[in-house]
Amino acid sequence: MISFKSVYKRYPDGYEALKNVAFTIHPGELVFVSGHSGAGKSTMLKLIAAIERPTSGHVMVSDQNINALKKNAIPFLRHSLGLIFQDQKILYDRTIFANVMLPLQIRGFQKKTAAGRVRAALDKVGLLEKENAYPITLSGGEKQRLCIARAVVHRPSILIADEPTANLDVDYAQSIMEVFRSFHQVGVTVVIATHDTTLLNDTRYRTLLLNQGKLTV
Amino acid sequence: MSMWLSQHWQALNQTLRQLVNTPLSSLLSIIVIGIAFSLPLGIYTLLGNLQTISGDVTDTPQLSLFLKLSTTQEGIENINSRLEKLSYIASFQFISKEIALQQLQQEGGLTEVVNNLIRNPLPDAFIINLQQVTPDELENIRATIKEWSEIEHVQVDTDWARRLDAFLRLGQLAVLMLAVLLSLALVIVVFNTIRLQILTKRDEIEVSKLIGATDSFIRRPFLYFGAIQGVAGAAAAWLLIALGIQAINESLIELAQLYATDFHLNHLSLQDSLSLFIFSALLGWLGARLSVAQHLSQIEPE
Repeated sequence: MISFKSVYKRYPDGYEALKNVAFTIHPGELVFVSGHSGAGKSTMLKLIAAIERPTSGHVMVSDQNINALKKNAIPFLRHSLGLIFQDQKILYDRTIFANVMLPLQIRGFQKKTAAGRVRAALDKVGLLEKENAYPITLSGGEKQRLCIARAVVHRPSILIADEPTANLDVDYAQSIMEVFRSFHQVGVTVVIATHDTTLLNDTRYRTLLLNQGKLTV
Repeated sequence: MSMWLSQHWQALNQTLRQLVNTPLSSLLSIIVIGIAFSLPLGIYTLLGNLQTISGDVTDTPQLSLFLKLSTTQEGIENINSRLEKLSYIASFQFISKEIALQQLQQEGGLTEVVNNLIRNPLPDAFIINLQQVTPDELENIRATIKEWSEIEHVQVDTDWARRLDAFLRLGQLAVLMLAVLLSLALVIVVFNTIRLQILTKRDEIEVSKLIGATDSFIRRPFLYFGAIQGVAGAAAAWLLIALGIQAINESLIELAQLYATDFHLNHLSLQDSLSLFIFSALLGWLGARLSVAQHLSQIEPE
């Protein structure tokens, strides 16, 4: 469960990214976070992942209070999260396989178990044949799939994606959305920040609309 | 526990790969450390070798009493009984002039010369082994004995060894200072290498932090790298010293043959070698630890 209670976020330069934001995302829900660029979508996701801390208010993620979380407890919070970053953060000096392996290495998985899981994750996003290739050889859509594979390989309970379909054509966007949907179906909480209308037209899912740091819906 | 082990194993693997992937820079820093360490290590080895000469002798000083040529049997017995009463004496031994001459004949290779002597020129002598004494006590004993009428000359046989020993102590102090300085250099070399490594791995570190890596996970490969670099540097120094001693010994053989002795340099003992490796591993680790503490906190994901 993710819940925000009267959350404000002001950056050191005085910019107020979030103003009095409150909502609750239930376990297993798929939620879009929408709004123009600069509306505070990324800030909201960063608060969930404890990359930023709220200036005031309460952020709770899987029963952990982000405000009070000690610095050395942050890694363990992130163990339950799968993060897909807007700027992807792919490591280009290693193979696709090694990129997806990283979260499992960090968690101390045995090599054999880990390799099996990496291949399963790559298979899920359709990149298994390219496991030994380097990320530079991938197309934009494939890179995004790589990011998804890396985010889900450790089977997180919450999946957070920041503009996962940015710069992708409609077909690609739909197929990536399909991947998210399949995780949602097996009980993963999915939060997707996007302003892609092709995704938002899917009315099955709730949308949190941000406008200049305020939640409007 | 097995997770802990596997994480360490991974970190070690990663470190070794890093070493192999950047052979030139790794080799260069290892050689720098090796050369820096070989200097105090070399002097230490040399001092150790000289100490084996002075070491045994200095612990218990030895006195030689040479009696006047005119000393009678009665005089000798006199000295004998007086020595028995003197404190600080561990043991003593009378060497008559005849025995002394025989020894000279056998050991010195001077058979010809001795045979040609008309009369025995050597004095009767006592060789005295003292207990552990201070230099003052030694001087007192020497003065006391010198007052006896039958004594021609009292010689402290271990004077030269004491001087050598004092000299060696000075040398050891120099080695210690050198070692401290160059240990500092090792820490700095490792510090800088790790700093560069952290900079080139910025992305990896940032991503790792974002997906849940603990600080100790991120630190670990760097610490291993520092320690391995330290050990490799020590190994290089050890090798340099081994080669140096080998080369010196080859020329020493010739020199020693000329003097009819068997003098050669010993290599570092197993214990010293082990201490060297452990110590440099710790220093490398320390350099890495300091560097990581300094530079890792600067990489916070945004």
